[in-house]
Parts: sequence; C-alpha cells; structure tokens
Amino acid sequence: MNVKTGSYLIFRSLCCRGHRQSASRPPKHVPRAERTGFSPAAASKCDWIGPPDRLSNLRPIIYHIPENETPLERTLRHLRQDTEDWSHEFWTNQNFTFSKEKEEHVRSQLSSKGLSERDDDGRKRTLSSEEMAVFYKHFLDKNMTRHASYNREWYGRNFTITLLMARVALHNTWRTLTGQTRGTGREKGKST
Amino acid sequence: MYKTPCSRLTGVWKCLSRDGLVGVGVQQKLIANVARSHMSARRLIQLCRRDQAEWMTFQHLCFLKRQYVKSSSVLCQRARPKQEHVASVLDDRDDSVVRQVQQIPALKPEPGTVAPPCDPTEPEAARAARLEARQWKELKVEYSDLPGIYARLSKLKLTALVVTTAAAGYAMAPVPFDPVTFLMASVGTCLSSCTANSINQYFEVPFDSNMNRTKNRPLVRGQISPLHAVSFALACGIPGVTLLTLGVNPLTGFLGALNIFLYTCCYTPLKRLSITNTWVGAVVGAIPPVMGWTAATGSLDPGALLLGGFLFSWQFPHFNALSWNLREDYSRGGYRMMSVTHPGLCKRVALRHSVGLIGLSALGPVLDVTTWTFPLVSLPINLYISYLAFRFYRYGDRQNARKLFFCSLWHLPMLLLLALTCKKSRVPQDEAPVAPSTPSPAL
Repeated sequence: MNVKTGSYLIFRSLCCRGHRQSASRPPKHVPRAERTGFSPAAASKCDWIGPPDRLSNLRPIIYHIPENETPLERTLRHLRQDTEDWSHEFWTNQNFTFSKEKEEHVRSQLSSKGLSERDDDGRKRTLSSEEMAVFYKHFLDKNMTRHASYNREWYGRNFTITLLMARVALHNTWRTLTGQTRGTGREKGKST
Repeated sequence: MYKTPCSRLTGVWKCLSRDGLVGVGVQQKLIANVARSHMSARRLIQLCRRDQAEWMTFQHLCFLKRQYVKSSSVLCQRARPKQEHVASVLDDRDDSVVRQVQQIPALKPEPGTVAPPCDPTEPEAARAARLEARQWKELKVEYSDLPGIYARLSKLKLTALVVTTAAAGYAMAPVPFDPVTFLMASVGTCLSSCTANSINQYFEVPFDSNMNRTKNRPLVRGQISPLHAVSFALACGIPGVTLLTLGVNPLTGFLGALNIFLYTCCYTPLKRLSITNTWVGAVVGAIPPVMGWTAATGSLDPGALLLGGFLFSWQFPHFNALSWNLREDYSRGGYRMMSVTHPGLCKRVALRHSVGLIGLSALGPVLDVTTWTFPLVSLPINLYISYLAFRFYRYGDRQNARKLFFCSLWHLPMLLLLALTCKKSRVPQDEAPVAPSTPSPAL
C-alpha cells in the first residue's frame, strides 16, 4: 500500500466513520460486524475470510459458531478472535503512526531546506532515498521495544492457537472414530 | 468516500475554473464560495464557462480518465485512492485544488513507491490473486488448489535453487558419482528446505500481510490453516531428515536438521530483533552445498567449507542489494535490516564479501578442489560483481543496488558451473605410473 495513499485513506476513514477520537489517534477497535460490513449466509458452515483491512492489512475472519460448540472449540474461537483484534489494533496503530511520522519528517526536511511542500507544478515534493532512510532508521529504533514485545506475544499466541487447533482436530477425529455425534456422548475438552 | 458522482465531478470542475493550475488562493476562494452557496453542478458550469475552451479539454480528460479507470479492472486498484482525493476536496479546505492537480500527472507510478504494477503485461496469476483478494470467501481448503498452495508455502523456486547448490556440492566432491546417494541427498534436502520455508511462513503471517512482496502467501490469504501448514512442514521434515540420516549418512542428516533449526528458530525471529539475522541467514545458505559434499564423502572436508564459503560470501552482495530498495517496507514492518539501521555497514559488507569471492576462488586450487584455471576463468565475473559492489558502496542509490542484485542472480550459478568444469579430477593412484603412451585423463 502506498504510504501516502494510506495516510489519506486513514484520514478519510476517520472522517467518514465519524470517529470520536481526534485525527491524531488511530481508530480504536470497532465491533466486527460494523467494521467489516459483511455477514455470511446463514446456511454457511465455514469460517469466512475477507479482503485485507485498509488500515492494518490483515484479513478479518468471521467465525462460524456450530451448534453444540464444545468448550474447547469456544476457547479456540475466542482466542483466535482476540488475537486477530489485538493484531489489528497493533498494525493499524503502526501503519498510521508510520504514515504520520513520515509526513512530518518530509515536511520538516523540506522546511529546513526552505522549500515548500509542493513544487511549481503543484506536485508534492519527495525526498531522496537517503533522506528518507534517516527517518526509516529512526522509526525502527524508536519502536524497537514495542516490536519486540509484539513479536513475543504473537509467537506465544500463534503457538497456543495451533496447539488448540490440534486438540480440537484430534478430539473431533476421536469422536468420529468412536461413532459419537456432536451433542451426544462425552463432550469434555481433553481428548489426550 | 461515497460522494455522489455529481459532487465528485463538481469537485474536479471547481479547480479547473480559471487557468487551470495556478492561483491556489483564488481557487480556494472559489471553492469556499461554492461550498457555502451549495451550487449545483449546472450553475457551476455556467460560472466557469468563461474559459470553456481550455477548461473543456481538461474536464474531458478527467472524465475520460475516470471512465477508463472504471472500465479497466487492471487500473482499478490504483484508481481507488485517487478517487479518494477527488472526494476529499469538499472536506479538506487547504491544498484541495493542488491535490486535484496531482491527480493528472499521477497516472504514472510515483517514484520510490512499491505500488504493484498495473499494466496489461501483469501475469494472469498475479492479477487473479489481486482481484480475488478483494472478496470475502469461505475459509476451507480447495483440494484442487493444494499442489499450488504447497508449492507457494514451501517456496518451491527457492527450494529448487537450494537443491541445486546441494547438488553442486555433491558434484564437486572428489568421489565417484553414486546416483542413488545423489538422489536421496537431493530429495532429503528438498524436503528439509520445504519444512523450513513452511515454518517460516507460519511464523510470519501478520508481517507478510503488511509487505507488498509477501502479501499473497497462502497463510496470509487463508487458503490453509496454520495447523495445516505445520502438519505439512512436519510431513516434509520428518521423512526428509530421516532420509538424510539413514539413506545418506548421519552427518548430512544432522546438517539438515541444523539448517532447519537455524532458519526457523534463529533467522526468522532474529529478523525482527537484530541485524545479525543476515549473518545467520548467510550460514543457512552456506550449509546446503556442505551437505551435498558430506553426502558424497561422509566427512566435513576443507573443500566442503570452501563451497560453503562461496555461498556465505555471495549472500551479502545478494541480500544487501535486495534489501536496499525495500527499506520502507522493512521499516514499517519492523524488520531490523542493515540497510535500514546501518546503511554504511550494509554497503561495506557487500563490497567486502564481493571482493572476498576473488580470494575464495583462489583457494580452490590450494585446497585441491579445482585446478589452477578456476581462479583465472572466474576472475572476470568476480571482478564484475566487485565493480558493481564498489559502485553500490560509492553511490548507494537504488539503481546501483538493483544492478548488483541482478548480477548476483546469475553470478552464483555461473561460478558454480565454472568450478564444476574446473574440478580437479582424481586419477586413481595405481594407474598413474602406467606407460606414458596412455593419455592421462584431461584435467
């Protein structure tokens, strides 16, 4: 996504949605249905995955809730949903902050050189790669701790989700093999 | 965003009222007037009819552009942000006019952006992926797509290159060629590489989503679940390492397992923590030819390390040049790469290792891996890549980085091929003193 376009998009979406926060903060978490504006057909038994979100570039998933959902499946669904929301918030904030700080950097560099933001043809002036590189380095260094803590937590969540998925899959396979249907027989979480 | 077409056109027409492109102040006033009096489009036309001749051309252009963009799905993705600009005129008071002006030249991609190319020559698969990416779809596995999904998950092209370097390592080893061992080593290396790449993609889903280069990967698109990807990785890794250990030799199996570990558990997390990831990645790239050699000989000879050294040194001009032009994406994604955090070091290291390749080539005859012709025939290509690395070091711009990267793509296969042709052949000891009339095998 073009960063400049991204910042306009972000600003537009803030205006359009009539967010309560000021334009200097990224949009807070919006409830899923409102955010995605999509709901799958009632007869669908699958999860649905959508196009990349404009702000966070992550794809939202709408989870199908089966009848007689086991506690294990519910835990998994909640964890996945929560991870998605948490990731979405991080990346929205990240992309927004990046665009904003990049614009500020460009503006300050141009003003220190005595140039206006636009040249004579009305085109927006861009800095050279080397001048932008200073900003990229600064941004990375500034956010190092935040990135590191996101990584740690992401790895933990990813791993837990995968383990849970494995347990659910094993549990369902066991139930199929032992001829139990959903909603009858033992429905305890642990299968191993 | 969802303004009526009429008001959008109004927005465009507003800025074109006078001479077109100049006089921001005058035109801002005009816009303010318009906004305040809520003029309809028609009244605006009447107002602006003064300079109709030149105005009509420009308006016509805008209209045509919008029609073209709407009808051409190829341009759609790029057009949408520009539509945002048009619609935003009514909201943004300042610079609104000049933003409109920006639309017209902005049909060409702006320099320095990583926007996807939207030209008719765009590959069909990429275009299909791009269009498909905009829809909601069910999260279930399409069995017919699985081979393609697995190919992308395991980065099949990269895996093929890795297997090629391993095969080169095997071929360079000074032992008779055994097709069975060769095949098992190749298959084992292939499977190990698939595992490593799959786990890497499994770990990096949110980061891949945010980078243009990687946003069409299977896990990002939800074509398979994370559990599926891990199962695939295990299904490749366990047989692969087992095949290497039992079918080839334990040393090769160990190296294969080590490489998987280094790539998934060291390189992948380190990418976001420290610039040392590049050095770890270079070691990961160097191990396959070593594996090929050990598959043939069963021991870690200096020759194996030399081949590994070639790959290790080659990684730096290759990767540093590649990462130079991706600095913005790396910064936004939170990847700590030399090109972003230590640009001087990045250029120095690329140059250092390009020149180092010349030295390594000279070691070939010293270690009895190749004949003396090898350093000579490889000198031109080594000098060329060193020259490009020097230019990259000196100027550090996108063009030179790109040139160095593309050179590295053909340099390595060429170097390995030359090494193979200059390989020191082994004359069996008992045949050596036989009558001089028997021509000795050509060196």
